[in-house]
Amino acid sequence: MTTEKKSQIIRTIGIGGAAGDGVREAGLHLAEIFNRLGYQSYLSFSYPSLIRGGHNFSRLSISAEKVFGDYSELDVLVAVNSETVKLHLNELKEDALVFVEQSYLNEVKDLGAKIIAFPMTDLAKEINARVVARTTVGLGALAYVAGLSAEKTQETILSVFQDIGGEMNAKLAEKGFQLAKEANISKWAEGLTEIARNEKMEIIDSNKAIAKGFLTAGAEFYIAYPMTPSTSILHFLAKEDLNPKNKIKTIQAEDEISAINMALGVAYSGKRTAVGTATGGFALMQEAFSFAGVSETPVAIAVSQRQGPATGVPTNTSQADLQFVLHSGHGEFPRVVIAPGDAEESYEASANALHLAWKYQIPTIVLVDKQLSESSQSSILDNAKIVPSESKAWNHAGEYNRYQFTEDGVSPLATPGTENANVKLTSYEHDEYGIATDDTDMVKKMNDKRFLKGEMLKKEFSLYDTVKVYGDESSDTVILFWGSPKGAILEAAKHLKKPVKLVQILWMAPFDTDRVSKELVEATKIISIEGNHDSQLSALLREKTGIIPDHHINRYDSKPFDPMELAKEINEILS
Amino acid sequence: MELATKSKITWCPGCPNSAILVAYRKAVTELITEGKFKLEELVSSAGIGCHGKITDYVNTNTFEALHGRVISSATGIKLGNPKLEVVVFTGDGDSFSEGFSHLGHAAKRNVGITVFLHNNQTFALTTGQATFLSPTGFKGPSTPGGDTDEPISPLLIMLALGATFVARTYALDIEGTKRIMKDAMNHKGFAFVEIIQPCITFFDTRDHYKDTIEWLPKDFPRTDLVAAIAKVREVSEKTPVGIFYQTQKPTFEELV
Repeated sequence: MTTEKKSQIIRTIGIGGAAGDGVREAGLHLAEIFNRLGYQSYLSFSYPSLIRGGHNFSRLSISAEKVFGDYSELDVLVAVNSETVKLHLNELKEDALVFVEQSYLNEVKDLGAKIIAFPMTDLAKEINARVVARTTVGLGALAYVAGLSAEKTQETILSVFQDIGGEMNAKLAEKGFQLAKEANISKWAEGLTEIARNEKMEIIDSNKAIAKGFLTAGAEFYIAYPMTPSTSILHFLAKEDLNPKNKIKTIQAEDEISAINMALGVAYSGKRTAVGTATGGFALMQEAFSFAGVSETPVAIAVSQRQGPATGVPTNTSQADLQFVLHSGHGEFPRVVIAPGDAEESYEASANALHLAWKYQIPTIVLVDKQLSESSQSSILDNAKIVPSESKAWNHAGEYNRYQFTEDGVSPLATPGTENANVKLTSYEHDEYGIATDDTDMVKKMNDKRFLKGEMLKKEFSLYDTVKVYGDESSDTVILFWGSPKGAILEAAKHLKKPVKLVQILWMAPFDTDRVSKELVEATKIISIEGNHDSQLSALLREKTGIIPDHHINRYDSKPFDPMELAKEINEILS
Repeated sequence: MELATKSKITWCPGCPNSAILVAYRKAVTELITEGKFKLEELVSSAGIGCHGKITDYVNTNTFEALHGRVISSATGIKLGNPKLEVVVFTGDGDSFSEGFSHLGHAAKRNVGITVFLHNNQTFALTTGQATFLSPTGFKGPSTPGGDTDEPISPLLIMLALGATFVARTYALDIEGTKRIMKDAMNHKGFAFVEIIQPCITFFDTRDHYKDTIEWLPKDFPRTDLVAAIAKVREVSEKTPVGIFYQTQKPTFEELV
């Protein structure tokens, strides 16, 4: 790696401990430290489904340039228990350093790694800090190894920890820095130096980005029932709700079924509403999703995949629910399904999903997964690709018909409280006024009306990134993917034998058949990469374009792809 | 004020649902005349079952929800615009069998909606199966040997959950039903009215109720929860109707 350009060097740091040890927070703080120094990060967090004990692990890959995914191989491991060292021993690079809590030294000293012990717990106790703050000792030692000056370390720690004990953490970091210096640990050959940046980046995960996107698109309600990995959207927006300046109201419903049915009621009253859940919770929302379809009620839904079937592996990732989500709800009706591949795309997707829901009076979905929901990335949330829209208003002339036939299938929208308008919404098939019907001519006409909206949507493809292309666009070898593997794939692409074209599909429904076909038609070799068993995007591709990928790389053990392992697999196919 | 729609009424001829419809139209007409709300501020919502057809028969804003989920949607409607007068029609199958949890949560939260329970003690639209509120031994096509459950009063459940207005009426007493409906809609907070509604096709209880319906005395202590609970648990040949309990609490839409 040292032979590469300095800007391309990627360093990976792991922080591990038991649940309750503040491992996630330590990771976020470290990412923020690097962010202030101008470096970009990708931070993943893995943990089991329990509250105390169990192994928690933050892994952070940093670089002077954009890092799309985190690497398994570690440069530094900060461990507040011995289990962390044992579990991650085989991920250590040859010259990797392990900073371990002093009291566990005896258990790990003969494991064959470069282990340096720090009395992290005692140092925290000495200054009456909470035990969770002890990881900051490790961060101080890391700053020394990374070649930062003692002053820069102090300044950065003070600012990052400003609101949660800056002085205290600065002291702990100073101790770590000093002890590392005294132990004469070798520093990285290419030290970190502060990089000046014009644009401010934020460390953000897709859940928070989705929440911000909903707010940008004018969401006034967010209704959900807690379920990993979607829960942090609810938490984030509940905090926003507390601020009287924000108009968002956050409601925790008694279950997912209630959450979405409540949301449809709110939307009927005229307020922009979003719902969020995991795929298991979304399974419970199916009937109401269909209700939104037939009643033409706008709702945007964030759905985060985790490893199933059923309760599955609650805190691990998966891409196994694409086909499920695409076919959600009984009956046929148009919907939008957008699957972003990073936090920036998640922000755009959720804002656009809410706007589109109101423009077309349809249910829309943002499909992510645990890896996106809970991994943080240096990002710039940009409104340039958000397409604002208003709902079609009623002109107050004549009798109001909620389901009036129009040229584009979209009926003017009035809400209860509008004079001379009876707004009749129904889950039954209905006539234009909103009275239930089983008249076969009307049934067909209403279906055609709804499908017309789906056709109109397709005319707007050019306004959105339905597909993105990276790498060597002239290459006849294409890697096809969607969602969270984007990160590992773009990193893997840096380590491939020959240049390839990388094609990411974002819009799953409606499917941009023309654009996708155009990007793939000249390829002589297509490699599909998905975090599922059945290559579900490939199935969609074949259905929509007739194109069949030549090779499939699938991971369905509930863990995300690793860039280096992936590069190896791709290189085997390329040779 | 024309509160009827062009829709043809498809309830069985003589069904007490029609009496409930008449009482509701009268109650709404009077409340609008009295200035309680404007017609456009009224939302009549319903679940699925025979009762649910009522949304086709009233010329107001209507929300015909999914089976069992009308309480959730009505909660959303009230949250979205607290100025609206939100009425829920539901059935014993709709809100005690399928959507029990939502009803319980709405009562406990004191959502400012008015719930009219069409209690015919059977799933009539699907040809007469037993519901949560059917009596023990109820024989329907799915329980030919008789339903095994012990019965429970829906009013007792509502009182236990903290509903702030709890009443019962008899569908075929149109004037009495209209009066209770008006009181319920005038109540601020979660109002629950059980409307005893004989199903003339699958569970005809008209003969039984003809002689047993008895209005609560005028001096019934309706702010006394203990008295209300005792009254609804009372074993008697009579069926008491009227307002059992009423109190004031902040509403969900005010608090969130």
